[in-house]
Amino acid sequence: MTTTVSAPDVAPSDAEPSPPRKRRRRPSLPYLLLVPAIVLELAVHVLPMLTGVWMSLRELTQFQIRDWSSAPFVGLDNYRVTLDFNSAIGKELLHSFWVTIAYTVLVVGLAWVIGLAAAVVLQRPFRGRALLRTLFLTPYALPVYTAVITWSFLLQRDTGALNHVLVDQLGLVDDRPFWLIGGNSFWSLVLVSVWRCWPFAFLCLMAGLQSVPQDLYEAAYMDGAGFWRRLRAVTLPMLRPVNQVLLLVLFLWTFNDFNTPYVLFGKGAPDEADLISIHIYESSFVTWNFGLGSAMSVALLLFLSVVSGLYLFLTRKARSDA
Amino acid sequence: MRETAAERWSRRVILTLLSAFVLIPLYVMLTTALKPLRDVRDSFTWIPARPTFEAFVDMWSTVPLGRYLVNSLIVSTAAAVLSVAIAILAAYATSRWRFRGRSVFLASALSTQMFPGILFLLPLFLIYVNIGNATGIELYASRTGLVITYLTFSLPFSIWMLVGYFDAIPRELDEAAAVDGAGPMRILFRVLLPTAVPGILAVTVYAFMTAWGEVLFASVMTDENTRTVAVGLSGYSTQYDVYWNQIMAASLVVSVPVVAAFLFLQKYFVAGLTAGAVK
Repeated sequence: MTTTVSAPDVAPSDAEPSPPRKRRRRPSLPYLLLVPAIVLELAVHVLPMLTGVWMSLRELTQFQIRDWSSAPFVGLDNYRVTLDFNSAIGKELLHSFWVTIAYTVLVVGLAWVIGLAAAVVLQRPFRGRALLRTLFLTPYALPVYTAVITWSFLLQRDTGALNHVLVDQLGLVDDRPFWLIGGNSFWSLVLVSVWRCWPFAFLCLMAGLQSVPQDLYEAAYMDGAGFWRRLRAVTLPMLRPVNQVLLLVLFLWTFNDFNTPYVLFGKGAPDEADLISIHIYESSFVTWNFGLGSAMSVALLLFLSVVSGLYLFLTRKARSDA
Repeated sequence: MRETAAERWSRRVILTLLSAFVLIPLYVMLTTALKPLRDVRDSFTWIPARPTFEAFVDMWSTVPLGRYLVNSLIVSTAAAVLSVAIAILAAYATSRWRFRGRSVFLASALSTQMFPGILFLLPLFLIYVNIGNATGIELYASRTGLVITYLTFSLPFSIWMLVGYFDAIPRELDEAAAVDGAGPMRILFRVLLPTAVPGILAVTVYAFMTAWGEVLFASVMTDENTRTVAVGLSGYSTQYDVYWNQIMAASLVVSVPVVAAFLFLQKYFVAGLTAGAVK
């Protein structure tokens, strides 16, 4: 799981301290220090991405894979097949795109709301606060597969805890529902994902809240502002820089999530929970059509770039307008 | 500022619900690991009727868990240490010099975070296979290949966190050392590194967690000999039976050290996030 929260200031706000004289004589040193990082990023991120674009323009199935550099050039054919939403392949891709959008919106929204509630509620000191804070971070620290496997056990039809409570203990449902196949699987996926994600929102929002000056609350309180008013007028505006980055990061993670569905459902996610990364994985490694898989990947990347770019543009604009 | 009764009660309700939400899966993980298989097979019970450590014994032979653990440990440790070492150099440059391309570097390192892993998987797979065919250097299905891949996953975030920690160290310290005749690398090792130790530890644990929890690449880029725990756990489900008690026991063994390390260092993590996010 990779995370980013926010940029440290790119330009220092105070006047630039003049660098010690020694450094001025070696302007090449900072570049030298960056070389290992840049080489690795190029090798593992940029080069494969370019290769991916190249692959998306070839006919690359299991027959060409041994000698993939000579795979026939097909131009934009893969894209045409992938993005033709009347064909079976395009229809399935579009379906999993919408599933992913719904999944992302729900997970990000819920994780953010729960994380905010927890951060706000833990703002005031009380006995046991440190313990709860630690407890709440545990789902984030757990390796994803152990967390998700445990959930898949809870959600088993015959031996799981959820059906035990719903059917045996509360008697709310007669038939034991399936949670990992069929329509319920989407909601199971959302539930598990929220469980894993909200602590990260909590962590960031808690960090953000630490910088809100207490006098702001005191002043609002003196002015007679109640809890909701203080939340709206003090907390949320102060959290805006954190929220802008946090929401983007949560969106990208959730949208690209592969681990949760892969571990929860094993090979072959149910249709109702067929997230786009699983879909691409299956199109590539199960049906061995790498050319089509690459075209889907590139299309996905373009979509994410446009969304992120637009988001950054709008939030930056909102910030400079404010 | 007084807390109203309504606020106090909503706080209690929210905290109780959230604690239950977090704790139930953890509780089930623990108690299932303590049940014999036949108790897990029938129906769910909240309290183990016959608590036993049998799952913790059997899990080592059902699946070569020991080998998977060693693989995970080697790969994650190497990836964490290398990624933090490389990030330290890059963060030092970014924190202490204003050079041309500085913000481009930071922005592009971060933007790699936005790509889905699946995008790199196919090409990297082919590149590794090809390098192997051309040079005989085995990257596909080798620990080296995984280490290289994983260290770049945590690299951008490590750089950003470390820039935050380094920025928080006053430049006067550098300058004092420079006046004493210390060169840039000496300043890094004598001034910045000792001061940023908690932050560096927090970032190392983060990088370790990234590698320890990775599933996608581990499932494609490993073979029987190099398989990591992330994939190995699926070995407990066979077509005849699912050894849930052993899965949970193994999950505990795999999770407890990482979770403990993270929770121990979490306040430095929060400090790093604050340094980066709020300025």
